[in-house]
Amino acid sequence: MSGRVLVGVKRVIDYAVKIRVKPDNTGVVTDGVKHSMNPFCEIAVEEAVKLKEKKLIKEVVAVSCGPQQSQETIRTALAMGADRGIHVDVSGKDYENLGPLQVSKILAALAKQEDAQLILLGKQAIDDDCNQTGQMTAALLDWPQGTFASEVSLEGDKINLVREIDGGLEHIKINTPAVITADLRLNTPRYATLPNIMKAKKKKIVTVKPADLGVDVTSRLEVLKVEEPPQRQAGRV
Amino acid sequence: MQLLQLFKNLSLWKELCKNLDKVLASCFVSFPSLSAHIIALFLCRCRPPDVVVFPRCVEEVSALAKVCHKHRLPIIPFGTGTGLEGGVGAMKGGVCFSLRNMEQVLDLHPEDFDVTVEPGVTRKTLNAYLRDTGLWFPIDPGADASLCGMAATSASGTNAVRYGTMRENVINLEVVLADGSVVHTAGKGRRPRKTSAGYNLTNLFVGSEGTLGIITKTTLRLYGIPEAMVSAVCSFPSVQAAVDSTVQTLQAGVPIARIEFLDDVMIDACNRFSSLSYPVTPTLFLEFHGSEQSLEEQVKTAEDITQSNGGSDFQWARDTETRNRLWKARHDAWYAALALRPGCKAYSTDVCVPLSRLPQIIVETKEDLIENRLTGPIAGHVGDGNFHCLMVVDPNDPEEMHRVHLFTERLARRALAMDGTCTGEHGVGLGKRALLCEEMGPVGIQVMQSLKDALDPNNLMNPGKILQREEP
Repeated sequence: MSGRVLVGVKRVIDYAVKIRVKPDNTGVVTDGVKHSMNPFCEIAVEEAVKLKEKKLIKEVVAVSCGPQQSQETIRTALAMGADRGIHVDVSGKDYENLGPLQVSKILAALAKQEDAQLILLGKQAIDDDCNQTGQMTAALLDWPQGTFASEVSLEGDKINLVREIDGGLEHIKINTPAVITADLRLNTPRYATLPNIMKAKKKKIVTVKPADLGVDVTSRLEVLKVEEPPQRQAGRV
Repeated sequence: MQLLQLFKNLSLWKELCKNLDKVLASCFVSFPSLSAHIIALFLCRCRPPDVVVFPRCVEEVSALAKVCHKHRLPIIPFGTGTGLEGGVGAMKGGVCFSLRNMEQVLDLHPEDFDVTVEPGVTRKTLNAYLRDTGLWFPIDPGADASLCGMAATSASGTNAVRYGTMRENVINLEVVLADGSVVHTAGKGRRPRKTSAGYNLTNLFVGSEGTLGIITKTTLRLYGIPEAMVSAVCSFPSVQAAVDSTVQTLQAGVPIARIEFLDDVMIDACNRFSSLSYPVTPTLFLEFHGSEQSLEEQVKTAEDITQSNGGSDFQWARDTETRNRLWKARHDAWYAALALRPGCKAYSTDVCVPLSRLPQIIVETKEDLIENRLTGPIAGHVGDGNFHCLMVVDPNDPEEMHRVHLFTERLARRALAMDGTCTGEHGVGLGKRALLCEEMGPVGIQVMQSLKDALDPNNLMNPGKILQREEP
């Protein structure tokens, strides 16, 4: 076993920002708006780093798909304890149309290339709320999946997982290699401290293009319109 | 537009609202816009303003201030309304400036460790914003308060012993004065780490509790998030032993981040409230910040000192979950105190004395509490010589309320007699104006009054706070 974990980290609009729809209704305003790592991805990174600190895995590789700024998100992962980063360069129209299907193809290709033992992802991104990438990646690789994980423990070459589901908590045991998606209560992510941010600047980030991985990022979906939810009407007592 | 409406109807409002003049028994005001915000943490009678305005930028604040200045209307600045000394009560009515819509974090300079924020930004919001930069703003008063409000009351938190209070951490302020003019206390946009340019206007406004101007921006000093933290708890046979340990730890040069003292009554309340089992004696909660190596050394030194003072049961924790469990007792202190007497309200006293006088004042205060049959568990930031008695009192028992009132006056005078102050962190507000006169003396008060008269000759800025004025 390579002992290598791939962690996907997505750059999204910061959770504290008030979202505004663009006047032309093609999307939301992103220019000049604060972005940060998707909170569920933070939890995934924290879990990967914890596994490395317990010496259960050897290397954490942070991956992000997007434009140049995605490297900042990878740097945050490195500051939290990831060892190196892979930036899959997708920009312009391709980036606007980037969705779980293309990302899962990219992650599957990288998993094979890097001989990953485990893929850790956030359960969903807070911008599109798709909750699909983990599941699709597992399907493409034909790997078992442990989604909505609130507890993860490695036992030899198997993983014990507790999942948060509608009916309560589900305990499963899956083989490795596997895909796990992190839910809210899995852990409390650490803050990146200044010394670790400085150290992270020396860690390597490699940039690749989707074509290098044999992935076509053309989208089969077209966004027709984005609009605000209707204004709440006053109620009647 | 709402704002224009208010301009036109201001005088009309004033006439209308004279008839709404009500003194309420609690601090919840009848205006819907405020009732969600004001937290009844104190018991003094509070009075609502006549009008609340919600400016969105400093230009609007200035324009509104000019209107108030022209019509001689009192101006009450409002951040989060979480102050503990009645600072937002509109004693003579007037216009409350709720600044919550000015909520931008502006101008972050991570390499320079500074950031500028508007009044709607609270300390927790700022720290969430900063989390990717490795920086934080450490001052942490109990509430999630507005940072500009914290500047206005010179707030402090549990880690003042290491990081200081607002006085040491505000670099620049943008302030709207009573006549609407806008001043930058260190010059517009300036943020040097130190300066000796002219009068220290920044610290004139820090702690002025809205009586000299409305703070619309504050530039703050940031710190690196600690690499690692260790928390510890230790029990002591006496208050003296706990305080001696504190003094010696500081003298040993340990850069301790938090030292919190809980007396036996407080620990007992915490045990019951949080189902814990700490020994019911004076207890210290300690926290150390630093690199892994420096933490080892700090904890070892502190442990040796506590042991040499008869301290026992030294427990410490490194990981977040266990540290939070250790500190839960201290965090829930307020609620634990309230739970001692359900149905009662709580008021926090706030005196601060030189460290060497702390054992004496705490011992005398505890005797006073017992003698007067008052419930007042003690929690304190002993590293600063500051402690709070959480007075739990039945608001429907005027006799008890009176006893509490006399007790707090005796306590403040006890602190003054020991070279201390009547308020370490909560401010003067309404309730401590007379005590401020005793603390400063007539000349000191006269100097303060001269400054007030110079900046606000018509006494429009939060009238009735800090300084008492002879009514004609």
